[in-house]
Amino acid sequence: GKWSRAAAQQALTENDLLDFESFGNVTLVHLTDLHAQLMPVYFREPSINIGVGEAAGLPPHVTGVDFLKLYNIEPGSPEAYALTSDDFVSLARTYGRMGGFDRIATVIKHIRAERADNMLLLDGGDTWQGSYTSLQTKAQDMVEAMNSLAPDAMTGHWEFTYGAERVQEIMDALPFPFLGGNIYDAVWNEPAFEAYRLFERGGVKVAVLGQAFPYTPIANPSWMIPNWSFGIREEDVAANVEAARAEGAELVVLLSHNGVDVDRKLASRVTGIDVILSGHTHDALPEPVIVGKTLVIASGSHGKFVTRLDVDVQGGEMKGFRHRLIPIFSDVITPDAETTALVSRLRAPYEAELKRELATTETLLYRRGNFNGTFDDLFCQALLEVREADIALSPGFRWGASLLPGQTITVEDLHNACAMTYPAAYRSTMNGETIKAILEDVADNLFNKDPYYQQGGDMVRVGGMAYTIDPQAEMGSRISGMTLLRTGEPVDPAKDYVVAGWASVNEGTEGPPIWEVVEEYLSHNPVVRLEDNRSVRIAG
Amino acid sequence: FAAAGFRAAPAVADAAATEVAIKEFTGGIIPAEAGKLTLKTPEIAENGNTVPVSVSVESAMSGDDMVESIAILAEGNPNPGVVVFSFTPMSGAAAATTRMRLAKTQNVIAIAKMADGTFYMDKKEVKVTIGGCGG
Amino acid sequence: MATPRPRVKVPKTAAAGEVITIKTLISHDMESGQRKDSEGNTIPRKIINKFTCDFNGQTVFSCDIDPAISANPYFEFNAKVAESGTFKFTWVDDDGSVYEAEEKIEVK
Ligand SMILES: [Mn+2]
Ligand SMILES: [Mn+2]
Repeated sequence: GKWSRAAAQQALTENDLLDFESFGNVTLVHLTDLHAQLMPVYFREPSINIGVGEAAGLPPHVTGVDFLKLYNIEPGSPEAYALTSDDFVSLARTYGRMGGFDRIATVIKHIRAERADNMLLLDGGDTWQGSYTSLQTKAQDMVEAMNSLAPDAMTGHWEFTYGAERVQEIMDALPFPFLGGNIYDAVWNEPAFEAYRLFERGGVKVAVLGQAFPYTPIANPSWMIPNWSFGIREEDVAANVEAARAEGAELVVLLSHNGVDVDRKLASRVTGIDVILSGHTHDALPEPVIVGKTLVIASGSHGKFVTRLDVDVQGGEMKGFRHRLIPIFSDVITPDAETTALVSRLRAPYEAELKRELATTETLLYRRGNFNGTFDDLFCQALLEVREADIALSPGFRWGASLLPGQTITVEDLHNACAMTYPAAYRSTMNGETIKAILEDVADNLFNKDPYYQQGGDMVRVGGMAYTIDPQAEMGSRISGMTLLRTGEPVDPAKDYVVAGWASVNEGTEGPPIWEVVEEYLSHNPVVRLEDNRSVRIAG
Repeated sequence: FAAAGFRAAPAVADAAATEVAIKEFTGGIIPAEAGKLTLKTPEIAENGNTVPVSVSVESAMSGDDMVESIAILAEGNPNPGVVVFSFTPMSGAAAATTRMRLAKTQNVIAIAKMADGTFYMDKKEVKVTIGGCGG
Repeated sequence: MATPRPRVKVPKTAAAGEVITIKTLISHDMESGQRKDSEGNTIPRKIINKFTCDFNGQTVFSCDIDPAISANPYFEFNAKVAESGTFKFTWVDDDGSVYEAEEKIEVK
């Protein structure tokens, strides 16, 4: 598309990134899965993202060279750096960090200056969690930062890990609606959140429906939100679309935290949605996925991208669109001074601790990928050593910034990979059968052929153990060849093993916070150097 | 990781027991899985101890177009029976919602008995998962 | 177990012939008869086995309940109201106890 041509030039300018010939009468701006990243970061996209069932081989299940080919992107170009993982380290050194809240502010203020009353700014959620400062302030830093951009609506997922009371407290003070038509009161089976809001932009009545992450009480602790029940609730989406149309909506936008595969299926089954702004699976797609008459937009994560979608609505129908996934190259986009000052003020009380140095890494540290990430390898090693375990389990989160070889690991960097409200690093005994059951369960939540049964994370990371996985197989028969690395022996279903892990969704889980475990490990291992992880074999 | 599930249930019903339960309700037939009955369950249970389930049949609820009762069965529980809802013309609509226990991932079955002696059936799989992790 | 406490939600008013939604809850452990205590003995079954909703003395809706219904049984159903009157809700326990609640509705 457009930015591939502009960006193929040697030197990017701010104008290349912001240039957009306005189109139609409504502009949607989508920002999602920021994971509380106020500062520019490195973020390596996945090299492996397997799709199953009908989504096999379709975006976002295309990576590396195939991705570049699909979208006609030149290897080594800025967009190749932003969107794929090949040659990541050297491209990162060339093109620099991505994101930064003050750069995002520049882009949004630029669009608003151009489009004023035609624009809606929509926050797809996973905005409040993922940094040291967001954890310390119980999301207050992110709330203040986002408020400064004046969004029109948001929905959520990790927001709920601050607990119902805190979410309610923030919502009560938010100057814009927190939408979630799929969130119900668990006692009386009634909608608990506003499902949609009607806006008038450019003379067009726009309905924005909110869809929170359907599996929040499963993927995250349900005990923190005991009175809220979620789910996909496809019939409710359809009913709300109809209700909004009946109220005169000419453009229907679903602000969704379903993930792209779920939204693709939803778009094929619920008619009347013009645009789905899709979050949760952290995919950055340079073009919309078109399903029937619905555009599915995926805007990446961690502040790397902002999507601008201009649409032309005539007579209650979307007649055309112009789309751009705007990459936030932090060295190219001028920070918005007012926002820089705000971010500095928000971070000031924590500045010394954020900068505290823990170690240096000689290996690229990253998270994304279906089976491993080096940052997770580091966590697993720390769990094995500090918690004296046979096997380590680390959740397959898709959030967490990357660090380049030679970088210092600071408290801020460590927290970018683990700042959360249920960080206890447990140590427990499990037999081989239970460990297999856990792997099978997580694998099915990732690779179930029906997207409505997918939860959108990645495979639980494993330390101290190797295994083989066949993603295309059925539940219960994907995992084989489990081997304890320390002895080289097969994992015995009947034998007990000491397992250390973190981020259990069980209430009352005991253990030190994961950041203490990793910090202790780093104090004994001040230079991180990780071998290539070959402990997961992919079959089929 | 959380273990959701039935409160310590060793034995589970099998397909045969479920078939017996269906035939008990229908007087010996297995209804076709098509028609006016809609069974609504979540794709994945948030908590196996309390899984919402709704049933509804489009019906005038009078004269010949009358739903007498709807049975809900769970194939993978210690016993397949969950509940039987009974309606009257004063019900106004043949619809009901409750919450059930599911011991594990399994099919939930609903069967509607019409006043004219016909039956409708619907079936949904509900996954009961360990949970944890996420994007 | 504390005495089961019923809670019901019924609209205060309705139009004649309107189909309304009624929601009911009762606090109850619904001991399934499948659990064992710490000594390995089966804990005897004790559940609410029957629920009925009457309106002005006529049955609107009822259900026969198995142990697979969750603790604190919840029932949501409809009623067609032709006249003002009183809904009576009855829950029957395995031990023979009967718990009741009533709600009035005014037809305008
Ligand atoms: Mn996210
Ligand atoms: Mn998410």
